[in-house]
Amino acid sequence: MESTELNSPDYKIPPELQSQVAITSLDKIYNWGRSASVWPLMFGLACCAIEMICTAASRFDIARFGMEIMRPSPRQSDLMIISGTVTKKMIPIIVRLYNQMPEPKYVLAMGACASGGGPFKEGYNVISGVDKFIPVDVYVPGCPPTPQALLNGLIKIQEKIKGEPIKTSRWYQKGPDLAEIPIPMLGPDLIDPRKIPLIVNVEKI
Amino acid sequence: MSDMYGKGILKGLGVSLKRFAETYLVDLVWFGKRYHTDKGIAHRGSKGARGIFTVQYPEEKIPVPEEFRFVPFLVYDEGPNGEKPQRCTSCGICAKVCPPQCIWIVRSTDPATGRPIPDPAEFYIDADICMNCGLCAEFCPFDAIKMDHDYELASFHRNLYDLTKLSKSAKYYESIRPINARRENAARAAKAASRTGQSE
Amino acid sequence: MATPTPAQTLDLSARFPGVLTPDTRPGYSGWILDNSNLIKFASSLRDEFGYDYLSSVTAVDYLPESKMEVVYHVYKTTGGTGIVFKVQIPRSDPMEVHSLVSIYPGAEFQEREAWDLFGIRFTNHPDLRRILMWEGFAGHPMRKDWHEAYFEEEAKPLKSRWPDGKMVMAESKNLYGDNISYPDGFNPESQTFDPEKALYEALRTYQKDEVGLDTDHIIVNIGPQHPSTHGVFRVAVILDGEKIVNLKPVMGYLHRNHEKIGERNTFIMNMPYTDRLDYLSSMSNNFGYTLAVEKLMNVRPTERADYIRVMMAEMTRIANHLMAIGALLNDLGAYFTPMLYALEERELLLDIFEAVSGSRMMCNYFRFGGVARDLPDFTLQKIKDLFFERLPRKIDEIDRFLSENEIIRSRGIGQGVLSAEDAIKYSAAGPLLRASGIPYDVRRADPYSIYDRFEFDVVVRNNGDIYDRLMVRFDEIRQSIRIVQQAVKQLPDGPVMALKPMYQVRVPPGEAYGRVEGPKGELGFYVISNGKPTPWRYHIRAPSFINLTAFGPICKGQKLADVVAVLGSIDIVLGEVDR
Repeated sequence: MESTELNSPDYKIPPELQSQVAITSLDKIYNWGRSASVWPLMFGLACCAIEMICTAASRFDIARFGMEIMRPSPRQSDLMIISGTVTKKMIPIIVRLYNQMPEPKYVLAMGACASGGGPFKEGYNVISGVDKFIPVDVYVPGCPPTPQALLNGLIKIQEKIKGEPIKTSRWYQKGPDLAEIPIPMLGPDLIDPRKIPLIVNVEKI
Repeated sequence: MSDMYGKGILKGLGVSLKRFAETYLVDLVWFGKRYHTDKGIAHRGSKGARGIFTVQYPEEKIPVPEEFRFVPFLVYDEGPNGEKPQRCTSCGICAKVCPPQCIWIVRSTDPATGRPIPDPAEFYIDADICMNCGLCAEFCPFDAIKMDHDYELASFHRNLYDLTKLSKSAKYYESIRPINARRENAARAAKAASRTGQSE
Repeated sequence: MATPTPAQTLDLSARFPGVLTPDTRPGYSGWILDNSNLIKFASSLRDEFGYDYLSSVTAVDYLPESKMEVVYHVYKTTGGTGIVFKVQIPRSDPMEVHSLVSIYPGAEFQEREAWDLFGIRFTNHPDLRRILMWEGFAGHPMRKDWHEAYFEEEAKPLKSRWPDGKMVMAESKNLYGDNISYPDGFNPESQTFDPEKALYEALRTYQKDEVGLDTDHIIVNIGPQHPSTHGVFRVAVILDGEKIVNLKPVMGYLHRNHEKIGERNTFIMNMPYTDRLDYLSSMSNNFGYTLAVEKLMNVRPTERADYIRVMMAEMTRIANHLMAIGALLNDLGAYFTPMLYALEERELLLDIFEAVSGSRMMCNYFRFGGVARDLPDFTLQKIKDLFFERLPRKIDEIDRFLSENEIIRSRGIGQGVLSAEDAIKYSAAGPLLRASGIPYDVRRADPYSIYDRFEFDVVVRNNGDIYDRLMVRFDEIRQSIRIVQQAVKQLPDGPVMALKPMYQVRVPPGEAYGRVEGPKGELGFYVISNGKPTPWRYHIRAPSFINLTAFGPICKGQKLADVVAVLGSIDIVLGEVDR
C-alpha cells in the first residue's frame, strides 16, 4: 500500500513535516493490518480441498497474501474456508468449530457444494449450503473453482475486511456477546435446535 | 540403525540447496523480464521451467486453454439493426441432460394462438448446483449454450443466474473459442446452404 | 472381457450338485445359491479352488420381485477372471444372510455397508453397526421404496425443469427449509440416545493383558478435523500408554449418496459424478465406469480412443502418486517441501488435462465408445516433452531428495507391517497389496482395454512396511512413464468415437462388473440395467474403503504417532471411502 493512500484528504500536512508524518484514519490502518494477515483454518472437506492445497502450493502461492499459515486449531485462525460438500454427519462439527473461532471471524464458501448444496443437493445426507447454519461472507462458485478463482474470492474477503469501519462493526459493539450458534443434533434426521418449536408444531398437526 | 551417518540427509539438503540457488540464477539470466510478461508466464508452465514457479495471480494470469469450462452462458447473435436474437429455441435438451438438473426453462407461448414459440421466456441456471461438466454445451443442437471462461465470479450472495445475466454475444464467444466457433459456423453455413439448395 | 472357460463352470456345478443354480436372467452370469449353503460353498471355493481374494460384496434390491440379493465377486491372486455368486432372500423383515467375515475378513466393512443401506442382517458378523450413516438414522436409504426429502421423480430428467420450468428452490418446497424429513410423530425434545455409545462399546472388545500393573486404557479420537487425516476421517483408538490396543475407523462424514443419485441419473449423467469419487485421479474413475457400461452395450472404442484412454489413465496415475508421496512425506515430518516439489510436476500434468478435457480435476472426458473429443494440436507435443525429457529427471530428483534420508528410513522400515497373507485376507488392493509381496495388478491379471500391448513390469516389494509402500509408488510412476512413452509412439490416427454422440443411451438389460487398476487399487463398477434409461443398481467397489479394513490390524501394537504415517501410506481419499 502506498503512503499516499493512507493519507486522509482533508487535513493538510505542513511541508516541512511531509516526509516524517502521515495522517490516516484508524480504520484504514487497522483494517490494512488485518486484511494482510488472515490465517485460514486448515479445513478441507472434499475435492475443493485439493484445489485449496494447490492454491497454497508454489504455483498460486497464497503466502503472497499473508495466508500461508493454515492453522489446524480454530482458536488461532480468522477465516474458515469451507471447501467441499457439507453433510449432515459433519455439520455439528463445523458449527462447533465456528463457535470456537475467536472474533473477528469470516467464512468463505468455496465451491458449489458449500454455497448451495452443489450437484449432490438431492442426496439424503447433504445440506443445501452451509449458510443454513453459519453466516457466510463470500461465495465462490465452481466445481471445483480453479486456484485463480479462489484467489479472486480471497481478494474479495480482503476487500470486505478493508471496508469494515470500527464504529459500526458487529465485533466491537457493546451489549451481549454474539450468541453461539446452537449445535445441531443427529437423530432420525438432522435436528436444528433453532427449529425445534417448528418441528413440534408441525408434528402435532 | 548402524548406518546413520547423515549421508541421506546431506543428499536431500543438496537437492534443496540447488533449487534455492536456481531461483536467483534464473532471475539473473532473464534479466528482469521474467515477471509480468507473457513470455515469462509461458516459460513457467513449460517443460523447461526452473526457478520460481509462482504465477502472481491478480497481476499475471495464466491464459486458460480453449476447452476450459466454467459456468455456462447463452449466445445471442448480433443483427444489423442492433437486435439481439437468442440462438436458444428452448428445446430443453440442456435441461434434460444436465446431471444435477440445475437448468429451469419456461418456453414462451404465442399469446394469441397459445402455441409454443421457440424462444425462452425464462431461463435460470443455479450456479450453486452447476458442476461445470459441459454436457449442456456438448449436446445443444443450436450452438446456443456454451461454457464460459470467466472464473472471477466470487460474490457476497448466492449465485442464481437468470436470462439477462447469462446472455453474451456471439462475438464474445468467438473471441474465447476461435477454433470451435469457426468449425461450428462452417457447419451451420453448410446446413443452411443445403437447405436453401433443397428448397429451390 | 473373456468369458469363463467351460471347464471352470462345469467343475463347480459338478462339485456342488443341487446347491448352485446358474443365473439365467438375460444379460446376467454367475451362480445363485441359498443362504444355508453359503458358508460351505465359500470356504471350499477358497480352499479347494484357490479363489482367495474377495473383491466385492454388495446388495441389490429387487422390489418388483420382492427379493433382496447379495452379490459376491471372488478372484484368484494368481490372475484370471473371477466367479460371481449371489444369495437371494425374500424381501421381508428379518432379512438374514450368513456373514463371510470368518472366511474372507475383507468383507467386514462391505457387509456393514449392506446392513446400513439395505437393512440386511449378517449373522455372526463381529461388529454389525452402521458405517456411513449415524446410529439412530431412520430407515435404510438405498431401498427402492425409501425416498429422500427432496424426492421429485424416480428418474431424471425431471418434468419440473422444462417446458414449464418455473424456478423454485428445492428448500422452499420442504417444510423445514432444508433437506430434512422426520418420521411421523417424532418429538425432538425427547431425544435421549447417544450415537457414540455403540462405537465405544465396540472399541472395548479386545483382550486385556492382565500382566503387570493394572493400568487404565484411554480413548482418543483423531479427526475428523485434523491436519493429517487426508480429509474428514475419524479414527477412534484405545491406548495403553502410547501403544495402540484397538483402533476403529469412523467414516461417513463425506457420504454424498453417489449410489442413490446414480440410480436416478441416466447413464451419461453419471459420468461427471464418477469424477468426484477419487477426485485426485478422475480419468481412472471415468475409465472404470465406461468399461462396465460398454460391457453391457457390447461396444468397443476406436483404436485411437483406446490409446488416448491408456495415456490419460497412466498420466492420472502419476498425478495421484505425486500427491500421495507429497502427503506421506508431509505426514512423516518433512513439512511441506516435498509436497511443493511433487505438486510442481503435478501442475504441469494438470495443464495437459485442462487443455484436453476442459478442467484440471473433474475431467468428464470418456464417453461410451471412445472419448469426448480429440487431443488439441499442440498437446501431443507437450506430452512428448514432459514424458521424454522432464518427468524422468524430476522423479529421480525427488527420489534422491528423501528416500535415503535417515529419518524417513527409521520411521518407515519395519513399521506398520502388513504381511502377505493378511493383505490377501483383508482384500487389500493396489500399492498396499504389492508392497506386501503379492504381484497382483489388474492390468496384468485380467487385462482390459489394450494393456496387453505394452511392456511394463508389475512393481513388488517384499517387506510390507511404510517405507516399501513409499518406494512402490516411485517405481509405479516410472513404469507409467514407460507405458506413456510407448503409447505416444504407437498412437494411430482416426476417429475418437465409435458411436454417434447421443444423450439417451440405449443399454440392454444385464449386469456388468467393470474393473480397472486405479492408482489406489482395484476400482470396480457394478452396473445393473433393466433396459430403462437409468441403471437399476450402480455400485462402486472403492479401493480406499476396503483397504481400510487392514488399517486396524496394522496399527495394533504400534505407537500413536505411527497411526498418521500408516494412514498416509495406505493413501485414502475420502470421496471414495464414503462415496
